[in-house]
Amino acid sequence: MTTHDLLTKGWTRDQMAARAAKELRDGYYVNLGIGIPTLVANNIPEGMEVTLQSENGMLGIGPFPYEDEVDPDLINAGKQTISELPSSSYFDSAASFAMIRGGHIDLTVLGAMEVSEKGDIANWMIPGKMIKGMGGAMDLVAGVKKIIVVMEHVSKNGDPKFIPECTLPLTGKNVVDMIITDLAVFQRPDHDSPFKLIELAPGVTAEEVREKTTAHYVE
Amino acid sequence: MKKIYSSAEEALDGLLFDGMTLAAGGFGLCGIPERLIDAIQASGVKDITIASNNAGIDNEGLGKLLRTKQVKKMISSYVGENKEFERQFLAGELEVEFTPQGTLAERLRAGGAGIAGFYTKTGVGTVVAEGKETKEFDGETYVLERGIRADLSIIKGWKADESGNLIFRKTARNFNQPAATSGKVCIAEVEEIVPVGSLDPDCIHLPSIYVKRLILGAPYDKKIEFKTIRQREAA
Repeated sequence: MTTHDLLTKGWTRDQMAARAAKELRDGYYVNLGIGIPTLVANNIPEGMEVTLQSENGMLGIGPFPYEDEVDPDLINAGKQTISELPSSSYFDSAASFAMIRGGHIDLTVLGAMEVSEKGDIANWMIPGKMIKGMGGAMDLVAGVKKIIVVMEHVSKNGDPKFIPECTLPLTGKNVVDMIITDLAVFQRPDHDSPFKLIELAPGVTAEEVREKTTAHYVE
Repeated sequence: MKKIYSSAEEALDGLLFDGMTLAAGGFGLCGIPERLIDAIQASGVKDITIASNNAGIDNEGLGKLLRTKQVKKMISSYVGENKEFERQFLAGELEVEFTPQGTLAERLRAGGAGIAGFYTKTGVGTVVAEGKETKEFDGETYVLERGIRADLSIIKGWKADESGNLIFRKTARNFNQPAATSGKVCIAEVEEIVPVGSLDPDCIHLPSIYVKRLILGAPYDKKIEFKTIRQREAA
């Protein structure tokens, strides 16, 4: 691969977030994970009303505050300082997860280390290495209406991440609806159907996706 | 009955014992009961099991009790940003029961509401459900999770009246509310104590029945884990 390929082929992190943002609908209540998913907030279409939920107890996340408005009592789930909107509300953690587990949140966008062809997701633990904990990820994948995973198509070592069976401890079983990578988009209409390749990033061929994917999917 | 105590140490008098279970409010360093944590550290009580979403960071929040090795076990959902925690955990000096964040909040809420357990879809098919009873409801699998009844709850509020009615501020409410109800006794530390009648009864977040002991913790030097800002556009 030449430098030119690296620059023009596939989607950047921002473009992956922009692609995920196309799944937003007017009136949606949405929870965004940490990393690339957070960037989705910058891509909400003009004129569309989308309310962002923060699982530490807030609906209606505003932009980062100005320097003189920073408030230690006002943070998002990533523990970053944020601001409130005129429409914001606050609640406790039990009420926050009642919203999530009760199926009231329309959409969540999460990162992942692995996704299986059956829609299993692993994104919280690497045994012996990463022991930070699952936070709210298991609740989100169990309770939110639509689960979108945004991740690099292959790992830093070049290993496929969309695979037949997850090798890492699961976050949820048979829960993922859509996968957006830097190369392609996969979707399935329900949790009994296989994933289908529905879109290729600019300059990416179906053959390249096939080469870098071990999961079974429909073309 | 007098609920207001002059210090965290005085408020904790008679409530601490080795091997106790503690429920602590806070999310990261937001809304943590700092004065009570300091006083628990000073008391030297040990082998504590703590139900808290996070474990503080090195030398802040519950990280202080980890450093002095007063903690036997943490029941938490996320413990990143804490090197001492990682060291003790990998060395086998500290037990950890990783609990999904919503499951932890509901376990505290349920424990405080007299509910011994509840079924949830969260964690089904993962290590979290291993060894736990599962049951089918309407064609879907749920796992049984137990409520948590703590010996003592420590929480941080914004304002309380002298009778213990309490309100929180912004996202500092988080786990403070469910943690408060989980304990046989709850001690709240607040930024301001106001006369009875000065808080609107319609706007109380935590009714006085849960707050058994109250201290004024101010002044606070609230810590921020990740300060993120935007720039004003030039006029």
